Amino acid sequence: MTTTAADRSDAVAGSRAPGQRAREGRGVATTAHIALILWSLLVILPLVWTLLSSFKTSQEVLGNPLSLPSALRFENYANAWTTAGIGRYFLNTVIVVGSALVLVMILGAMCAYVLARFTFPGNRLIYYSMLAGLTFPVFLAIVPLFFVLKNLALLNTLPGLIITYVAFALPFTVFFLHSFFKALPGEIYEAAQIDGAGEWRTFFSVMLPMAKPGMASVAIFNFLGLWNQFLLPVALNTDSKNYVLSQGMASFASQAGYAVDFGALFAAVVITVAPVLVVYIIFQRQLQVSVTAGGVK
Amino acid sequence: MTTTHEAVPGGGPKRSVTRRRRPLTFDRASFMVVFLGLPLVIFVVFVVSPFVQALYYSLTDWSGFSAGQNFVGFDNYVRLFHDDIFLKAVRNNVLLAIVVPIVTIVLALTLATLVTIGGSGTGTVRGLRNSGFYRIVSFFPYVIPAIVIGLIWAQVFTPGSGILDALLTKIGLEQFENYAWLGDARTAMPASMFVMIWGFVGFYMVLFIAAIRGIEPEVFEAARIDGAGRFRSAVSITVPLIRDNVQTAYIYLGIAALDAFVYMQALNPGGGPQNSTLVMPQQLFTTAFTKGQFGYSTAMGVILAAVTMLFALLVFTVNALTGGRERKVKGRR
Repeated sequence: MTTTAADRSDAVAGSRAPGQRAREGRGVATTAHIALILWSLLVILPLVWTLLSSFKTSQEVLGNPLSLPSALRFENYANAWTTAGIGRYFLNTVIVVGSALVLVMILGAMCAYVLARFTFPGNRLIYYSMLAGLTFPVFLAIVPLFFVLKNLALLNTLPGLIITYVAFALPFTVFFLHSFFKALPGEIYEAAQIDGAGEWRTFFSVMLPMAKPGMASVAIFNFLGLWNQFLLPVALNTDSKNYVLSQGMASFASQAGYAVDFGALFAAVVITVAPVLVVYIIFQRQLQVSVTAGGVK
Repeated sequence: MTTTHEAVPGGGPKRSVTRRRRPLTFDRASFMVVFLGLPLVIFVVFVVSPFVQALYYSLTDWSGFSAGQNFVGFDNYVRLFHDDIFLKAVRNNVLLAIVVPIVTIVLALTLATLVTIGGSGTGTVRGLRNSGFYRIVSFFPYVIPAIVIGLIWAQVFTPGSGILDALLTKIGLEQFENYAWLGDARTAMPASMFVMIWGFVGFYMVLFIAAIRGIEPEVFEAARIDGAGRFRSAVSITVPLIRDNVQTAYIYLGIAALDAFVYMQALNPGGGPQNSTLVMPQQLFTTAFTKGQFGYSTAMGVILAAVTMLFALLVFTVNALTGGRERKVKGRR
């Protein structure tokens, strides 16, 4: 597979005329651009249409889907935020996802650190059972989980939802961070010990800061995963004042049927999508790096 | 992935970890209890125990909150194999697990190839100019919650007010003036598959772009010099060399397709016309939380888990049988 510089230059001399190749290259590039532009349009058009529809009245939405809104009706946003409860769901989501994210990052890092850097009986067993936890479908657990939460009086409460989110995000977090902690050189740990740092101190002041790149990647992954979560809240959090955004959106769209305020529905979609899209555009490079780092494993 | 640091001579965090026994002080004891114990308790209570309980419940006739439960052995499973609606859901899931990954991977690979080796130029194989834009845009759906993707497309497909019928009518296809894409048993499933694929492609495109960029440029150059065109390079070089990534993608996508709950709930909460889009998780959810048949629904969960495992096993086997290992070794050099 390796080509030396010598055969390379030989082969280039013997290949087709450079002009012909350049022309062919341009043709391919143009075709590639066209294909990619078509795909991009397929991605963007529904989103643009949603944005435009969010400024329309229900009549306009139902009457002519292709028309531009006759006026920018921001009251749709007000209606979605207050009447449909999107504001409340938004706040709930921020509380639940925020707390779960902080907790799972701390607990996950601690657990991964111990599993990666200490030997004790059962270490492998714990690690592999966490891996198994990653592969089993949540649906299998959902009914018993309902009763676990019920027995702990955590059903339909935000703390109950938070702790469930933490539990189900834990295996992935541990799995991902395990390799980071494993790769840290052992000399650093020993140096910290010699300097008199205890185990706690070593972890928080030395090891954790060194795992920062890994932590950032997992945090992004977990954030998106938790923000997207649908099954757990729908099954375990059925009190409508505790709804998170995803389930609030679903119930808003389904409950009213054809009497739904279409302008407000589209506005609610925009409210849900806009913040993540803005965050994504700002951090897209970092995010794509994390995704490729995490996804290929 | 782990090969790199093992190869470092003399290095090896492993050795220092196991070097000696440390005395048990308060610092160490409290450390182990909190660092390992706390996460484990949460994991065992909320993840492990429900999974284990599910296996037991699936063998009972537990039917409600107050009623007790009797051990009924495999009755639930026997009943499942005669439950036409559930079997329809299984078939739909299997169809999804076949079609969605294949289409998504082919599309994602094509787009990734166009971005990485579609550039113009004479000498080396070059990436496309301004490809950053396409990458950013294609990745959009990944950050949009799946439920919202479903809701947006449900609106797009709605007859009368949706943009799809309006566009089709505008270009002269009058027969689609009031066509209910999700309300017709012939198109409900393809339309739903399309929505899932729309949601997945960008993510896998980014993964494949990274994988292709990881291939040594000399490999492409050598192929080009040997007279391989871009298409030939893509088929004979790119695909075999990123085979592992494709396999991983296939498994993730298959598992996502076996779930499909969120998308289907958004597009057709009732399971679609003649149950044409009903999937196992939806049926499980209704059986449990609407009908209260907990024993029966956990049996569905066990079947779902079994199908998922079977699917992953199948992908691994097929990949191994078609020579995945050898090529991997060659690819890694």
